[in-house]
Amino acid sequence: RFVGSLGTIVIKCKDLRIIQLDIPGMEECLNIASSIEALSTLDSVTLMYPFFYRPMFEVLEDGWSSFLLEQEFEHLSSVTNEWRLSCVNKDFSVCPSYPPVVIVPKSIDDEALRKVALFRYGGRFPVLSYYHKKNGMAMLRSSQPLTGTNGRRCKEDEKLINATLRSGRRGFVIDTRPLNVAQQARAKGGGFEQEVHYPQWRRIHKYIERFHILQESFIKLVEACNDQSHNMDRWLSKLEASNWLTHIKELLTAACLAAQCIDREGASVLVHGSEGTDSTLQVTSLAQIILDPRCRTIRGFEALVVREWLQAGHPFQQRCAQSAYSNSKQKWEAPVFLLFLECVWQIHRQFPCSFEFNEHFLILLFEHAYASQFGTFLGNNESERAKLKLPQKTMSLWSWVNRPEELSRFQNPIYEANSLVIWPSVAPQSLQLWEGIFLRWNRPSRFLEEAEEERINIIKYNKELQAKVNVLRRQLAEMETDGEVQEEE
Amino acid sequence: VENVRLLDRLSSRRAVVGTLYLTATHVIFVENGSETRKETWVLHSQISSIEKQATTATGCPLLIRCKNFQVIHLVIPQERDCHDVYISLIRLARPVKYEELYCFSFNPKLDKEEREQGWKLVDLNEEYNRMGVPNSYWQISDVNRDYGVCDSYPTEVYVPKSATAHIIVGSSKFRSRRRFPALSYYCKGNNASICRSSQPLSGFSARCLEDEQMLQAIRKANPGSDFIYVVDTRPKLNAMANRAAGKGYENEDNYSNIKFQFIGIENIHVMRNSLQKMLEVCELKSPSMSDFLWGLENSGWLKHIKAIMDAGIFIAKAVAEEGVSVLVHCSDGWDRTAQVCSVASLLLDPYYRTMKGFMVLIEKDWVSFGHKFNHRYGNLDGDPKEISPVIDQFIECVWQLMEQFPCAFEFNERFLIHIQHHIYSCQFGNFLCNSQKERRELKIKERTYSLWAHLWKNRADYLNPLYRSDHSQTQGTLHPQIAPCNFLYKFWSGMYNRFEKGLHPRQSVTDYLMAVKEETQQLEEELEVLQERLANLQKSQSGNNKVKTKQQDRSKQFGLYTSNNSLANTPQEYSSDLKSFPSRSPSQGDEDSALILTQDNLKSSDPDLSANSDQESGVEDLSCRSPSGGGCVPSEDSGKDSDEAVFLAG
Repeated sequence: RFVGSLGTIVIKCKDLRIIQLDIPGMEECLNIASSIEALSTLDSVTLMYPFFYRPMFEVLEDGWSSFLLEQEFEHLSSVTNEWRLSCVNKDFSVCPSYPPVVIVPKSIDDEALRKVALFRYGGRFPVLSYYHKKNGMAMLRSSQPLTGTNGRRCKEDEKLINATLRSGRRGFVIDTRPLNVAQQARAKGGGFEQEVHYPQWRRIHKYIERFHILQESFIKLVEACNDQSHNMDRWLSKLEASNWLTHIKELLTAACLAAQCIDREGASVLVHGSEGTDSTLQVTSLAQIILDPRCRTIRGFEALVVREWLQAGHPFQQRCAQSAYSNSKQKWEAPVFLLFLECVWQIHRQFPCSFEFNEHFLILLFEHAYASQFGTFLGNNESERAKLKLPQKTMSLWSWVNRPEELSRFQNPIYEANSLVIWPSVAPQSLQLWEGIFLRWNRPSRFLEEAEEERINIIKYNKELQAKVNVLRRQLAEMETDGEVQEEE
Repeated sequence: VENVRLLDRLSSRRAVVGTLYLTATHVIFVENGSETRKETWVLHSQISSIEKQATTATGCPLLIRCKNFQVIHLVIPQERDCHDVYISLIRLARPVKYEELYCFSFNPKLDKEEREQGWKLVDLNEEYNRMGVPNSYWQISDVNRDYGVCDSYPTEVYVPKSATAHIIVGSSKFRSRRRFPALSYYCKGNNASICRSSQPLSGFSARCLEDEQMLQAIRKANPGSDFIYVVDTRPKLNAMANRAAGKGYENEDNYSNIKFQFIGIENIHVMRNSLQKMLEVCELKSPSMSDFLWGLENSGWLKHIKAIMDAGIFIAKAVAEEGVSVLVHCSDGWDRTAQVCSVASLLLDPYYRTMKGFMVLIEKDWVSFGHKFNHRYGNLDGDPKEISPVIDQFIECVWQLMEQFPCAFEFNERFLIHIQHHIYSCQFGNFLCNSQKERRELKIKERTYSLWAHLWKNRADYLNPLYRSDHSQTQGTLHPQIAPCNFLYKFWSGMYNRFEKGLHPRQSVTDYLMAVKEETQQLEEELEVLQERLANLQKSQSGNNKVKTKQQDRSKQFGLYTSNNSLANTPQEYSSDLKSFPSRSPSQGDEDSALILTQDNLKSSDPDLSANSDQESGVEDLSCRSPSGGGCVPSEDSGKDSDEAVFLAG
């Protein structure tokens, strides 16, 4: 990722920054360039920075154990007893990309889960993603069923997902592939839920683009953003040609649909695509942002990222290896997580007072997903993380970010807890390019930072005054009662 | 007309039934049934086009497009009624006499003195004094006192001291419509100035000694610089074509010490078509991202906005950084010239970024220098080819600057939107006619009211909470970024999709911060009172002589304050002072309240408020528009319908 000649090294970073170094001396320059080249393309995970990073801060809370599924289940048990915690995958043998514990319907035993796992791609049997307290509806996620061309079925699979339905009610399967792709998948052993075997479920195909298409779009967009020309037409056509905002719109639409099925139709939802590790997670996590006010707090959002991305087995190491400036074509590279973050930003922009965190928090997660001193985003799933002994050998991002002095930088000054479902608009007029990521290194940020500072000051001053007034009021009240007592005497 | 259906653009299922009224000044639609009886008022002068579509089984559709970008889609049951409405509206929307316009009947119940005060709020004499003229280089000239030299100029214009009446008159004869070079902005710091005029009548070779002397005089009025820029804001091709008609541009060889520069801003016809194309994109039903971006690019609108801004930036730079005076012209010097001069002034002088200063700027560069409001905005029935969104583009330039410099402007987006609205509304006399001369003949100031006074009265609604007069962003010249990769020119949905609330952010940071600031002010006051009382109490206790009655008095006062404050303290009350539904009669001078309301109340920043209204957040605005019909439970309102329509569309 470098272009070096005549003593100039251009470093193109994963956070989309471009640094140019002018180095006197041809030989030195080449040496530095090759060193950087070698060090930035390490093969072994264990040679990466997180394994050598020694934190300069005191760990108040170990982030590796901040967000355990057991805690989530405890929270769930306080509102319903229809679910149970299953350890069927405790040695990662049933599904290598799942965490050791998962939440499943209470009526389904581990034996049935093993059978269902054989019927689903990669062993990713349907598990609980989100429980909507308001009406008891559930969102499940899985991978595609392995129906194949001869229409295989699996009674346990049908039983499992039917267990989430109220009697007489229907559910929705949201398939993130178009119908023809889902049909083609049958030839390779995959497939989709057929009406005959799942009569209570209505299937909706909501196409979300994947892999190299997304990566190409990402690369095109970044190119457009680095175009220094002053031509407005060229800029707009490049933006359009990148298709990036189209992907954003599609993804948001699918997530809104899932949320709508749950909240408005009062139906349970099963989301899957092919593998269930990319578009599926985008949809389930965004739907939760829309539905669940907890996910709009800092801690809640961290928990969401851990639960729906890290534990759910999104292959971060494959997807976030090179970012947009990669020369070599990486088969598995794709900005899936970045798209999710940008969709959160789009919702944030439409509901600026409903999120506890600010834009910087989302940018932080983008940076650390691609390159970090912390081990949090290393590996492709929990099984790999366990093998690498990440919790023992590296520091968790959450250990650092959840310290009060760091946290304060990521707080949204105008946050007011909003307990409602928030429905974003997905019209093109409502969606904007995320300048905080794509124009970050080009646009002068001073004026925007000053505005942010001003916002913080307004709120801070208000709170100070409130505190002062309260103190005085109390003092006054005390003195007055004292006075009255004296008087009575 | 009864049983008329008002359709929602996004979903036909969300139509509401009501009664349509036509009055002398407004189209009014009142919803049936619902307890709020929501009303929609549209001024006849806002109507830009009326389209009668083919009758269907359900009735006869009528499409009303407004100049403030509202689109109203009605279905009238009877074809005959529809035709009557159509014919009446065509007549009502196209008045032929100024006296028919709303401002002559609009009566906000102010007495004569208040009205006169209102007109005095913006005083251009004061403004020129503020700039620092007259001085030893510039003086006021009375050559145009009876509009004898130029009928589209004001009576009082500032010219270089060395320009004699002979030179001015001579120069005016060599300029289109006799619009001779006159001062628009003077920079006190370095004597550089911005002057404006129309194109010279140079043809292929004509010259005029007096005009050359005039430019010389402008250069001399800035002793620090040995040349001036002459900026022709037209594309070079257009300017050259004008030469064939005996007009054209300055020849550098004939004028000593000028640097000539073209800046290609397109003419009013191109701009009119561009806006038309962009509005078509805005009206698309559930467009894809590509449709939208492609349409936006194809309209060229943002390219034109950028061209105007670039011209303003060029001039501001010449004046502030090089200390060189600039003469700006286009063809007649009343459209592009006005845009460019005012953008440059806004960049140069922080005063124009205040609320009052912005009013002054529009009054100076647009109203007084004869921008043809009547022709451009079609107030009276006239040539449709004269209509063009010239000032709309300037207003959008200001908005784009506000996006780039969030702390630099005293006013907010709503201020701009309301000014745009009233340029077309003809509710106030400010923007009537095509020139100062015509306005004086009509006795506008005696017969109508001033918009500026109206806006000033409600200025609390228009404040930008991030503005502080001592903030670094508010000082000095603004230096905007110009490349798209450094600063994005964005589509302004707050303006062009203004009436489609569903598309806008559902919570407004501006309103939230304003509420906080208001509360802060109350707290400040209370703090002062408390401190004073505490001090008093301490004194009296230490002195041990209390007067009981006095104390009771104070307690009462205290009680009052606490209750006031507890009101302000609970979040539910943030929006309590917002005006309530539905809109009031405009004859009470409150027509704006409806406008403000749709912005304030619906984009409520207060989640608890929406919680009380037992609707899901974010859809409350939609629901206000259409109480859901059919089999839906009330709380399962519109949001669902529209969302479903959108989400399932693919």
